[in-house]
Amino acid sequence: MRKLTRRMALAAGLALSLAALPAAAQTVLKVRPFGDLRTLDPMTTSDYMVRNHAYMVYDTLFAQDAKGLIKPQMVESYTTSPDGLTWTFVLRDGLKFHDNTPVTSADVVASLKRWGERDGLGQQLTAHTASLTATDPKTITLVLKDRWGLVLDALGKPSSMLPVIMPARIAATPSNQNITDATGSGPFMLVREQWSPGSKIVYAKAPTYQPRKEAPDGLAGAKVANVDRVEWLIMPDAQTALNALQAGEIDIFEEMPPDMISLVKGNAKIKVSKLSALQGVFRMNQSQPPFNNVKLRQAILKLVDQEQAVRAYVDDKTLYTVCPSFYMCDSPYFTDASWPKPDVAAAKKLIAESGYKGEKIVVLDATETALSPQTLVVSQLLRDAGLNVDYQAMDWGTLSSRRTSKNPVEQGGWSTFASGPAAPDMTEPVGHLGLRSNCENAWFGWPCDETIEKLRAEFTMTPDLEGRKAIARKIQERAVETVPYVPVGQFWLVRGQQTSLNGLLSPGLPVYWNVSKAR
Amino acid sequence: MISYVLRRLAATVPVLAFVGLFVFFLLRLTPGDPAILIAGDQATTQQIAAIRTQLGFDRPLAQQLLAWAGQLAQGDLGRSVFSDMEVTRLIGMRIEPTAMLALVAILMALAIALPLGTLSALKAGSRTDRAVMAFAMVGFSSPVFVVAFLLVYVFALSLGWFPTQGYVPLSQGLLPCLNSLILPGLALAMLYAALLARVTRASLLEVLSEDYVRTAHAKGMKPGRVVLRHALKNCAIPVVTVVGVGIAALLGGVVVTETVFNIPGLGRLTTDAILRRDYPVVQGLILVFSLVYVTVNLLVDLSYVLFDPRIRY
Amino acid sequence: MTVTGSVARKTPGLFEILRGFLRANPTILIGLAVLAAFTFVALIAPFILPDPVRVNPIQRLRPPGSEHWFGTDQLGRSTLSRTLNGTRISLTIGALVTVLSVSFGLLIGLVAGYVRWLDGTVMRIMDGLMAIPGILLAIALMSLFGSSVQNVVIAISIAEIPRMARVVRSSVLVLREQTYVEAAITNGTGLARMLLRHILPNAAAPVIVQATYVFASAMIVESILSFLGAGTPPTIPSWGNMLAEARPFMQRAPWMIAFPGVALAMLVLTVNVLGDALRDAIDPRLARKLRV
Repeated sequence: MRKLTRRMALAAGLALSLAALPAAAQTVLKVRPFGDLRTLDPMTTSDYMVRNHAYMVYDTLFAQDAKGLIKPQMVESYTTSPDGLTWTFVLRDGLKFHDNTPVTSADVVASLKRWGERDGLGQQLTAHTASLTATDPKTITLVLKDRWGLVLDALGKPSSMLPVIMPARIAATPSNQNITDATGSGPFMLVREQWSPGSKIVYAKAPTYQPRKEAPDGLAGAKVANVDRVEWLIMPDAQTALNALQAGEIDIFEEMPPDMISLVKGNAKIKVSKLSALQGVFRMNQSQPPFNNVKLRQAILKLVDQEQAVRAYVDDKTLYTVCPSFYMCDSPYFTDASWPKPDVAAAKKLIAESGYKGEKIVVLDATETALSPQTLVVSQLLRDAGLNVDYQAMDWGTLSSRRTSKNPVEQGGWSTFASGPAAPDMTEPVGHLGLRSNCENAWFGWPCDETIEKLRAEFTMTPDLEGRKAIARKIQERAVETVPYVPVGQFWLVRGQQTSLNGLLSPGLPVYWNVSKAR
Repeated sequence: MISYVLRRLAATVPVLAFVGLFVFFLLRLTPGDPAILIAGDQATTQQIAAIRTQLGFDRPLAQQLLAWAGQLAQGDLGRSVFSDMEVTRLIGMRIEPTAMLALVAILMALAIALPLGTLSALKAGSRTDRAVMAFAMVGFSSPVFVVAFLLVYVFALSLGWFPTQGYVPLSQGLLPCLNSLILPGLALAMLYAALLARVTRASLLEVLSEDYVRTAHAKGMKPGRVVLRHALKNCAIPVVTVVGVGIAALLGGVVVTETVFNIPGLGRLTTDAILRRDYPVVQGLILVFSLVYVTVNLLVDLSYVLFDPRIRY
Repeated sequence: MTVTGSVARKTPGLFEILRGFLRANPTILIGLAVLAAFTFVALIAPFILPDPVRVNPIQRLRPPGSEHWFGTDQLGRSTLSRTLNGTRISLTIGALVTVLSVSFGLLIGLVAGYVRWLDGTVMRIMDGLMAIPGILLAIALMSLFGSSVQNVVIAISIAEIPRMARVVRSSVLVLREQTYVEAAITNGTGLARMLLRHILPNAAAPVIVQATYVFASAMIVESILSFLGAGTPPTIPSWGNMLAEARPFMQRAPWMIAFPGVALAMLVLTVNVLGDALRDAIDPRLARKLRV
């Protein structure tokens, strides 16, 4: 009996040492991503986790550098005809998919067509396109119908949904159906057998990848995988993730709650850096009373003190900005034109003028999101101003379902919700999630304004930056009157990381090329 | 005996059928619409409707139920609406951590409760007895996640003895696996140990006052031997019963413990699936949990025959 | 007329009995006193303390001190006010769940135990409900109903009713065989009268004991549900919500977790001790087992 146990212990020890061997030979970057990966298809959902997955396994024709300029990525060179209608793109040499087949212009055409059916900017590109053809295996020719100004902005789009290039056989999947094969031509490849939804996603360095010569710059430049594997370990609970980071069990903790920063400040092994900027959006439902009344919306814009709202989430001054604009404060189109100062008295006056008669205001709050504290503060402000607030707490799943309803509040409708779109979605008037005022087709809340829509169309046909800036300014001046939404402050999401990591990039969203880890 | 086993097996059928019906209707009537969740942030109404049709959410309830029951009969639990994987595969991947966690927790609970309960019974009325029973009462009264916080704080963060989270699969060796399960196992075992210690003490006290134990004492048998030979054997029945009844509490505790310790087991899958309104996964999980509960209680009933030869069926 | 007279005569006797009972069982007396103290706090809290839901981001995460006795939370709300107001919510949830599960448990258990042809069906349904782990059932129900105190009460009650029904049913089954019940049946006593006059009073002891456990477990389950994000609405300062919100601040603001945590453990412990003492006092057979 005793002998048997000893033999078992020996066997267990042996198994342990054997198992430890291959792990030591590889460098594994362990990341706690902010969410979970629900699908592999970057062209059917705007989910940021899917976008981040796409940056691991795919490459794009163009990419945005740190200054916001669009640089060639898979493209070696490109030319534009003098009339601005014909664009020719030539692919780099040696580009290969993970299955070792070369990337050809046919793959590019098929991928862009699929993307052009689903993405907002992609749909615009498709609408302005006369033809998109593969001229030879490495050359793609795009002919426009008119002088549309956003070709490079579209092909180098930094956020969802990305115009990634996949093999033509996969891009042939109808765009209302999800792809299930993640073969791409990016720096990492998905280890399909080890993907366990809700638990972990594993990537391995792709031996086929051909990086550019230039140094990494924003999302552009060389994408060199410096670790053998990247493991995304799903941990919904932030405290669990913090514990794991402190114990060295993970290397990176994405979207660390800002209140945890002070806990790791004294710890030399851990460092905190900015991950991505968000704009807090307090959205009102304009299809129903009382917020179909423009005076009441103007009142909310005057009522909200961004400083007070954003401080409920983060109190470190370097991590938030009070930004008097609909555009991100550090974006090229930022303007504070016509922006009202917070003024409770003026707001109350507007409420009185609006003829508000105590209609119920249903505030939806997804309590697990970063915007929940802001929602609480704004609700308090509304209540203090004498509005009849019915605060309803829920999870994001329920909220994203409730907000599609256009019914009156008595029949499951809603009056307001808050969300935090990332900087690329709040930077310029065309892709701007909150400013779009095309009624039924606008984002939930459905603002409707012809002037703004005309200005947005004009923006896409204006080639020069100064002209565009002027239009962006006009849009803001109009939006301050129509109030499609109320910004409640701009803030940074942060990440915690082991100080021992080298070369971790911060292009505004999490990417894991270039970073290396000591063996 | 065989007819008893058959009768007992037959009795589980209506229970499981009820569970099946219950979860089916429960989740179909949930307010959140899974189609909207799947379609994502910027989906149009048409895209949402298309997904709803594709997944069959727009068909009449009766049709959905029939289709579901038909698949169930073939062992097909459908596909996750979130990740589009087969539910059986998702559940299959999650069984090992949960099974190991439950096993470790039950063993720990027995290892804590049996000696403490015995000690308490032998020294009934003493300070030791009171201390043990007070400990059991506190264990019984603390929420499992509070116990879990404390354990992580002390043994993982401050002392650094164990990992703070995660699970090491058995394939990487038994010892690392057990090492990753000590803290979660302990957190989960607390409530169970408290319950078991009380039952052990109570049934031991009763047995100790029985005639044959007195006889054994009178014959001059050593007290320790009496407890081992006669008394403990006879309180096996109430203890096994508590193991059976407590399995429900244990499975519930698994949900919380796996969340706190980030163990990729069935419990984590459950909370994720419910929050995402992932109907097929939730249905599969509740069925699996209920199946475990029913099976364990079946085994408990059958084990009575083993522990007490006086019981015959 | 005669009925009122007999009650009036009996009342002082009942008090006497109660006094003697409490004197003989000091644990019960202490338990009741602590419970009364909690109830008192719960009742006066809203009148003497600041609004527990008023947010004040400028004053966030202040440690306990002269200004804020229990400190403030991540939104600058008073932890003292929230903890004391939370007492009321926990007690309310515990009490309502107990009332609901006792009423339904009694009804179902009495019917199942007494009406033979219904027994099979009813108990199979109860077995089915019991086969789903309570917490799981409650989370699933909460995701169906949506978050509110009322729904927490209903969800926990549905998980507790089957157990209560079982307790009632088994005592009814035992009682049914007793001579005095058989005698009553032969005398032609009606079903309702039978249950009310003979069975119910005699099944009371195990029900009361089970009720205290339900009370305690309801408060714990509320905290677990809120911790998992499926409990009382976050605006309501329940202890479960406070503990759930305090989790990311465990290291930075330990007072946020300590005060509601200790309060919850104390209250649950009190109720459990009370339940044990009641069981020992009411049921001498069990008492002999556990106490010697």
